[in-house]
Amino acid sequence: MKPTVGIPRALLYYEFFPLWNTFLKSLGVSTCVSPCTNKRILANGLKNSVDEACLPIKLAMGHVIELCGKVDYIFLPRIVSVAPREYICPKFLGFPDMVRNAVPNVPKLIDANIDLYHPRSKAQKNLHEIGKLFCSNPMRINRAHKTACQSLISYKKLLQENILPEAAMEIMACKEIVFKNKHSKYDSNGPTIALIGHSYNIYDQHISMDIIGRLKKLGVNVVTAETLPEEIVRQGATILPKKLFWTLGQQSIGSAIHYLSDPAISGIILVSSFGCGPDALTGELIERYIHRTRTIPFLKLTLDEHTGEAGVITRLEAFLDMVYWKAG
Amino acid sequence: MKVTFPHMGYLWISLKAMLEYLGVEVQEPPPTTKKTLILGSKHAPEFACLPLKLNLGNFMEAAEIGADTILMAGGCGPCRFGYYAQVEYDILQDLGYKYQLVVVEPPEKHISEFLARIRYITGGRPWWQVINAIRFGYMKARVVDDLEKLAQWRRPREITPGSTDQAFSSALQLIIKAGHPRDIPKAKLQGTHLMNQVQVDERKPVVKIGIVGEIYTLLEPFTNLDVERHLGRMGAEVNRSICLSEWINDHLFMGLIKGTRSSKEARRAAPPYLNHFVGGHGQESVGSTVLYAKQGYDGVIQLLPFTCMPEIVAQSILPGVSADLDIPVLTLVVDEQSGDAGTITRLEAFIDLLNRKYQQKEVLA
Ligand code: SF4
Ligand code: SF4
Repeated sequence: MKPTVGIPRALLYYEFFPLWNTFLKSLGVSTCVSPCTNKRILANGLKNSVDEACLPIKLAMGHVIELCGKVDYIFLPRIVSVAPREYICPKFLGFPDMVRNAVPNVPKLIDANIDLYHPRSKAQKNLHEIGKLFCSNPMRINRAHKTACQSLISYKKLLQENILPEAAMEIMACKEIVFKNKHSKYDSNGPTIALIGHSYNIYDQHISMDIIGRLKKLGVNVVTAETLPEEIVRQGATILPKKLFWTLGQQSIGSAIHYLSDPAISGIILVSSFGCGPDALTGELIERYIHRTRTIPFLKLTLDEHTGEAGVITRLEAFLDMVYWKAG
Repeated sequence: MKVTFPHMGYLWISLKAMLEYLGVEVQEPPPTTKKTLILGSKHAPEFACLPLKLNLGNFMEAAEIGADTILMAGGCGPCRFGYYAQVEYDILQDLGYKYQLVVVEPPEKHISEFLARIRYITGGRPWWQVINAIRFGYMKARVVDDLEKLAQWRRPREITPGSTDQAFSSALQLIIKAGHPRDIPKAKLQGTHLMNQVQVDERKPVVKIGIVGEIYTLLEPFTNLDVERHLGRMGAEVNRSICLSEWINDHLFMGLIKGTRSSKEARRAAPPYLNHFVGGHGQESVGSTVLYAKQGYDGVIQLLPFTCMPEIVAQSILPGVSADLDIPVLTLVVDEQSGDAGTITRLEAFIDLLNRKYQQKEVLA
């Protein structure tokens, strides 16, 4: 029988799922993704994490728990680094061990390192380690890796078309080639807002209180770091006096700087998690940079398990009032 | 040029000695106090870790007494420390401070840049002199560490409450005053003598507690609410998993000085609980807890500043270590609101627990 590998719908899921999924499937493995975040998942995550952990980590814990008992393995690579001389976050480095400690009956974890820190390390080698669990033919693993990379490229292209991650994944799943017109870069004639934040915050509808959906419903176009090509984001981040060693921080700063110089953008929303370590610094740099360079409506939202929906809505509305008022 | 640097416990003693030996004018910040914290937290990002806030406060206070150049260590992640200097500098600039910033980054990539930064601070001094200066600073750190260890042993056993701390601060003065490497052995001898004069009850039973956690919180009594002294007074002998000289060796000299206890040993003891480094001293915290348990310590206290990422990882993992190796662990998270009263109550409760366990052990033995 085919082994089933569970993939938590959390953390870097929104950036890498197509790669992981295609890779595993090409090796003849079935995959199972945890459902979209709901109250139960969140509650389980909170219950099994230390209070001090940030919401995304607690939530990821909940998604792992959700998969327990349903799968043979859980795909939880230790994501050390996805770009040369950069890391994600100390918590990513320790997450598989945190899971093992908090969830005693967890299925077997696939926790091989993904580590591209050293400029000469190869993603292929990392994935090979994982592939070997399911397949003894290195050629086949190689092919699986190539196909997986292809699907990541197509996925990123869809994101750059301003299609949201979940929709992009659906499109890829049913190999739908013809895009409906709602997939054009801008949906409406309304103002365009740059939404800056880690993908696992802004694209998780439950956690973000569907901020993207709300904005769209109000006739606002939303662009993010993911809707930009990577080179542009990285280019933006070069204004820093010292290269930032967090990939997600690079994305936030780079995209914020880019959008700030784009006159078509009429407001910036910065989303981060309560107590997020890297964001405490990158957010500060972004805010200071904005204040120094341009007067633009700016909203900073901090999310945690206690964030009330009403408060967020009020602040969003006030922010949009500013945007419209400025636009005249 | 008047050089300043952030406080971290007694680090200033070493740095000042090192720089002054090279003829660099030094203006260390006034000792860290509540005021430093208020200044720092007012202007630092809310979720920045406490050390960043205190650094910032230190720099603001040092500027008032004439410092104009900041000397800081850098880093390449994954923890925030590696980007402290840039963020702090950004804030200081927005506040209108006119500081020069010199960040000494680890030389792994650009050794020439590393040397150039040192040159900038030290002027045209010959390299042998720079090396001597570094040795001088390091020697001081070693002596301070030795004295602290004496204090940690004597505090719970002292006959007259407070006598250890009195002796310790006099001994420290001797080390601070030593102006030349050749004065160090004598200062050390006198300091040790002062410490040995403290009257103790050697047979008094004491519980032994290992302290692990984030380095700054461990080394800076202001941040940890003077936890070592409190514990000592409550009759516990403490051992700190990281000492100043080890930190200097590991971080400023990149481990060049061999044969000292190094964080490597602690890291090696962390698996299978924590199988990878997580930045800061997270893996060391887990490993040291394992080592303390194996060495028969009665308990471990983990100290971390609010939002400290590596230590949150360690904190999530320590319950497993504690259960497996049967060693009680208390985690103390400090932030700008932490107060003495609450902390002392928690420490007392913890010591009670350890005492009860200790007595049970005695009965069984
Ligand atoms: S980057 Fe921030 S939000 Fe993400 S895991 Fe680290 S601390 Fe949490
Ligand atoms: S180890 Fe903790 S306190 Fe130190 S920089 Fe990292 S997050 Fe901040």
